[in-house]
Amino acid sequence: MVSPEIVARIKKVLLDFNPLSVCQSYADEIALKVEPRDFKDICLTLHKILSSPIMMLFACDERKVRGSFIVYCVFVDFRNGQWIIVSMDIPQENPSFDTLAKSIHSASLFEREIWEMFGIEPKENPDLRRLRLHDEVWPKENYPLRKDFKITQTGSLSDYKFFRVEGEGIFEVPVGPVHAGIIGPGHFRFSVAGEPIINLELRLGFTHRGVEKLFEGKFFADVVGLSECVSGDSSFAHSLAFAQAAEKISGVMVPVQANVLRAIFLELERMYNHVNDIGGIAIDVGFSFPHSYASIIKEAILQLNEKLTGNRYLRKVNVIGGVTQGIDETKKQLLIDSLESIKYDFNELLKILNSSVSFMDRVDTTGVLRRKTAEDLGVVGLVARASGIPTDLRKYFPGVYGLTKFKMVTQESGDVLARLRVRISEFEESICLIEAFVGKLVKPGDLRVSPKGREGSALGYTEGWRGPVLYWLETNHAGLIERCKIVDSSFLNWQGLSFAVLGNIIPDFPLCNKSFNLSYSGNDL
Amino acid sequence: MIHIAKTRIIKGIVTRHIDSELVGRIESIGSELKLLIIKKFGRSLHIREVDTGSCGACESEIISANNPIYDLQRFGINFVASPRHADCLLVTGPVSKNMLVALKNTYEAMPGPKFVITCGDCALNGSLFKDSYYIEGAVKDILPVALHIPGCPPNPMQIIASLNTFFQKV
Repeated sequence: MVSPEIVARIKKVLLDFNPLSVCQSYADEIALKVEPRDFKDICLTLHKILSSPIMMLFACDERKVRGSFIVYCVFVDFRNGQWIIVSMDIPQENPSFDTLAKSIHSASLFEREIWEMFGIEPKENPDLRRLRLHDEVWPKENYPLRKDFKITQTGSLSDYKFFRVEGEGIFEVPVGPVHAGIIGPGHFRFSVAGEPIINLELRLGFTHRGVEKLFEGKFFADVVGLSECVSGDSSFAHSLAFAQAAEKISGVMVPVQANVLRAIFLELERMYNHVNDIGGIAIDVGFSFPHSYASIIKEAILQLNEKLTGNRYLRKVNVIGGVTQGIDETKKQLLIDSLESIKYDFNELLKILNSSVSFMDRVDTTGVLRRKTAEDLGVVGLVARASGIPTDLRKYFPGVYGLTKFKMVTQESGDVLARLRVRISEFEESICLIEAFVGKLVKPGDLRVSPKGREGSALGYTEGWRGPVLYWLETNHAGLIERCKIVDSSFLNWQGLSFAVLGNIIPDFPLCNKSFNLSYSGNDL
Repeated sequence: MIHIAKTRIIKGIVTRHIDSELVGRIESIGSELKLLIIKKFGRSLHIREVDTGSCGACESEIISANNPIYDLQRFGINFVASPRHADCLLVTGPVSKNMLVALKNTYEAMPGPKFVITCGDCALNGSLFKDSYYIEGAVKDILPVALHIPGCPPNPMQIIASLNTFFQKV
């Protein structure tokens, strides 16, 4: 087998690079198996040459089969449209590995996750506080994602230690977990000097439900509904990423028509969320009229979803191997007509927003996330695009998007206004995309194929409205899921928020928060 | 702003996108609900919402129930920012261990008389998540629940209709 280009590129930097195995199981996935002592250097090299953040870093418990844990690290190679998956075995006695967090910031949260869920210690990681299993309710040394985990807990509870900013005139403002609005729970701790925020520490994990464990031991077809409930406003993106991973393992080819339909639904999901956020940004500066206007548009899209698929949140549409229902001629006409009036209303909304000087003044230069900071943090998706980083899976892994003239939207300034503008442009782009996709719908043929359960592992990915949604699946010989690792872009982007608010005043925090609008449940799993 | 005023003068009030059948249903259920609220609560009912681990879809639908099309507020139902202002606690999601204390504290912070409503299938019995290691169980095992609004997620019309049926019975 010809070794992939990436091996040669690593060898240019790391002269003694010698992987245990190189395997290209799918056209878009390259798996490198390496010695534990080389793992860190190879990850750092890939991070540098691909200029990719760590998209995923996770562990699997394979002690029963192979007598070891395995740690995987996933990078994305935009140039070749490939995912690079580096893995290493970790012996089961006193499991540990060298930390990446000191060199790559985005590894930090993943390592804390591996530590709390598997008890594999990232050596010399300076911050090993637990993310989701809160110290107040979950005793130490109970690692739920280990295969031999038992629900009876032993051990003592402790308290969580927040970072503390000290000095004259500094005071702390704790907010949450129960917030004033109708929104998910999370704890924010601000350290302020006068008005400006000096430090914001996020403590999340309040909606942790143990989703990854619930996937284990089930057949694909039984847990599509579970993937839809990982993050309610990205139901379709999550079930799509999950279905894609399962389809890769099963080796089935999804009909092109089904892929076109999936793209239409994915764009509809993007539209209702973007317009909701545009309205949300307006209400968070106290401008309620455009908010009402935007919520009418959102409701119109939700009702359109219901008429097209029977569900306002596009649930029960995706199945492994395709979609459950198509769009016939009547529905096609309905979709086109609705888009026309939505487009008209959206333009009205933009006129209202653009004609208000005080609104523009509030959002301009508020909550800036500079490009350098965004790159260092490994921010992805919409937030990254608003900071000038060209990253969009729809462009680099086009699939059916190759049939259309898809334009990626980026903005340079990284402030609330930039994120607002990215949303506005993407909303308009989504309308164009749906119109193009509707033209590609032909007479209904097969919309789904029946998949077979097989042993294997694969990565499913899609660009949801927040950013990439990634599912890594592994199955055993019976076709049951052994491990399902989910990364919603919220997990990678929450850190971006805590840097974007620095120097802003607390009253602007809701505005910054809304401009990110990250998922609590998608982060907490 | 001039643009808005101009459009308003030229076109009058334009209510778009709304299905006239849906409007009829909202109005008829809503007017009943309004009378009930006036009768039972003096004038208005104030609700505090708490998410104990939901996926966010229930929240999205509760927010939708407040949009200009359904507009729960005109029937006398307000969503408030503090439990101190609330008559009713609306709980969504299965109860994650991390939220147990917060849920109890929120309930205790409410002045009496008070009651609890659960919204969405997860809040009833944990639904898809009931076998998880991190779920405490149904809300009704923790707090006295007066009403459950079924659905995953319940749509705004179902929320309004459930409230209406409930207040008719009590």
